[in-house]
Amino acid sequence: MSTSSRIPPLERIAGGDAARGAARGLRRRGTRTGPGAGPRRPGFLTYGFLGAVVLGALFPLYWSLLIGSHDSTVLSRGVPLLPGGNFLANAAKVMDSIPFWKAMGNSILVSTVTAASVVLFSTLAGFAFAKLRFRGSKGLLVFVIATMAVPTQLGVVPLFIVMSEFGWTGSLWAVIVPGVVTAFGVFWMTQYLRDALPDELIEAVRMDGASMIQAFWYVALPAARPAAAMLALFTFVATWTNFFWPFIVLDPSNPTLPVALQLLQSAHFVDYSVVLTGAVLSTGPLLLLFVVAGRQLVSGIMQGAVKG
Amino acid sequence: MAVTDRVRPATPSRQRRPQRPPEAVRRLAFSQRLSKWDVKLSPYLYISPFFVLFALTGLFPLLYTAWVSLHDWDFIGGQGTFTGLENYQFVLAQPFFWNALGNTFSIFVLSSVPQVVLALTIAAALDANLRARTFWRMGVLVPFVVAPVAVGLIFNNLYADQFGLVNELLKSVGLDPVRWHSDTLASHFAIATMVNFRWTGYNALIFLAAMQAIPRDLYEAATIDGAGRLRQFLSITVPMLRPTIIFVVITATIGGLQIFDEARVFDQYGLGGADRQWQTLTMYIWELGWGQRNFGRASAVAWLLFLLIVLISLANFLITRRIAHQGGRK
Repeated sequence: MSTSSRIPPLERIAGGDAARGAARGLRRRGTRTGPGAGPRRPGFLTYGFLGAVVLGALFPLYWSLLIGSHDSTVLSRGVPLLPGGNFLANAAKVMDSIPFWKAMGNSILVSTVTAASVVLFSTLAGFAFAKLRFRGSKGLLVFVIATMAVPTQLGVVPLFIVMSEFGWTGSLWAVIVPGVVTAFGVFWMTQYLRDALPDELIEAVRMDGASMIQAFWYVALPAARPAAAMLALFTFVATWTNFFWPFIVLDPSNPTLPVALQLLQSAHFVDYSVVLTGAVLSTGPLLLLFVVAGRQLVSGIMQGAVKG
Repeated sequence: MAVTDRVRPATPSRQRRPQRPPEAVRRLAFSQRLSKWDVKLSPYLYISPFFVLFALTGLFPLLYTAWVSLHDWDFIGGQGTFTGLENYQFVLAQPFFWNALGNTFSIFVLSSVPQVVLALTIAAALDANLRARTFWRMGVLVPFVVAPVAVGLIFNNLYADQFGLVNELLKSVGLDPVRWHSDTLASHFAIATMVNFRWTGYNALIFLAAMQAIPRDLYEAATIDGAGRLRQFLSITVPMLRPTIIFVVITATIGGLQIFDEARVFDQYGLGGADRQWQTLTMYIWELGWGQRNFGRASAVAWLLFLLIVLISLANFLITRRIAHQGGRK
């Protein structure tokens, strides 16, 4: 009783500090200047090149909005330059031909649950690898890292057989369960907690009588917050855009967004203004997320994120 | 006093006293033992979710693929008779298998090489002392949040044989339109563009992070020695980035050899074209397993692809080590 009431303030002071200090470290790294640092500003050529790259990155999205706001015959009449007024009509056709809102709900559910569980389990494992001493920890961590190079996707056939034994084919569980913790997440949190969480802090709460799990919950988890947020973001994006396994294991009647999206194109005659409207609608939520948290994605990658 | 003190009041406490300390000791010992177990077992408990999950959904299915591949194994009927290497013989005799293998490599090369070169160039530009630095960094990363399926659908339209934007542009400058959906190499090029679109900015940011870790005095020394910007890039930046480049290439290899999404949606039938011009190995696995409902043959291809990836990773590792040693000798 007394221990649990004594730990939270300590966490709030020291754990928060540790987290804040780490965040400061990140910011400092993020604002480091390039080799052209100093008074010299890059010339027109650099800006022109980058401008072209960014335009190239945005153009396909603009294009799908362009085509999605006209009707199916627009391209036979020449390349349009400005959006038309047909977007809502096309959107209605998207809703008619695929279970769009169901897919959207499923994608939100699967991505959120996966992101939350990856963060929880990866932080737990990262805490153990970074801060607790136990026999075999080094070898086990190397094993975790090595599994990142294993193409487990190639085990789809038995995974599918197992899922149908469980009666999980067609169910969202089949998509969620294999992703609840990732090697990358464990590695990422281990790296972060090693620097961001002082050993003394854990020793201090242990002296005060906290158990291991209390030390994790009240000290490690708060200190891990910045890295955990990035991990959640990356996991969310990766789960949202994932196609191969959901496509194999889910029914067309209960899909995630990418699975539903490709159904728009499965008829013999393809109406591209409808297909590209679907592409816009399904990308929209992630673009919104990008506007809000794109900065975090950038610094996450620059701190050594790898493809999930 | 001494007597009473010794005998009378002490009697009850004497009887209790020898009992009390062991009780306290035992209680202390118990909580200590509990705490010792807490210290000893907790780490294993905390890391166990990953290992259990990896064993059940990663390692076991992968190894079991080899077992399935040695059987007649139907999608609905399940496990049939043991057939040894028959599935492998069948698959290796299929022209579609070799076709898919070639397509996979072709798409992979077309996507990885230009991607690394372009990502390095973008990173070098981002590494300059830019105004609105965050804007540029975010700008190149936008495609990362677009799902590969959406990317595939959009580019499928851009590369449409009839009325596609790319062909219209080609025509407007007086070139012949390309048959993106029937020429093998053209289709590989189109699919490689989608991969590049999604990953170039991402890899550029990885390179950028590595570039910023290069000691600045190297550039100062080179400037004093009279080296130009291009020379500095080729003689300092690229060599210093070697480990990062190798890392990017290895992850691109493991992912690239399993490419599925973009190629799957490059037409509405999803089998890789009328003559399987752009069918990749993972698409072939899907066709065998879920199209033809033959899990045995699908597993045989999956296992072959797995061995291929292991071999290439090993080769990568050996080459990398050799380069690293040579670098050390210099």
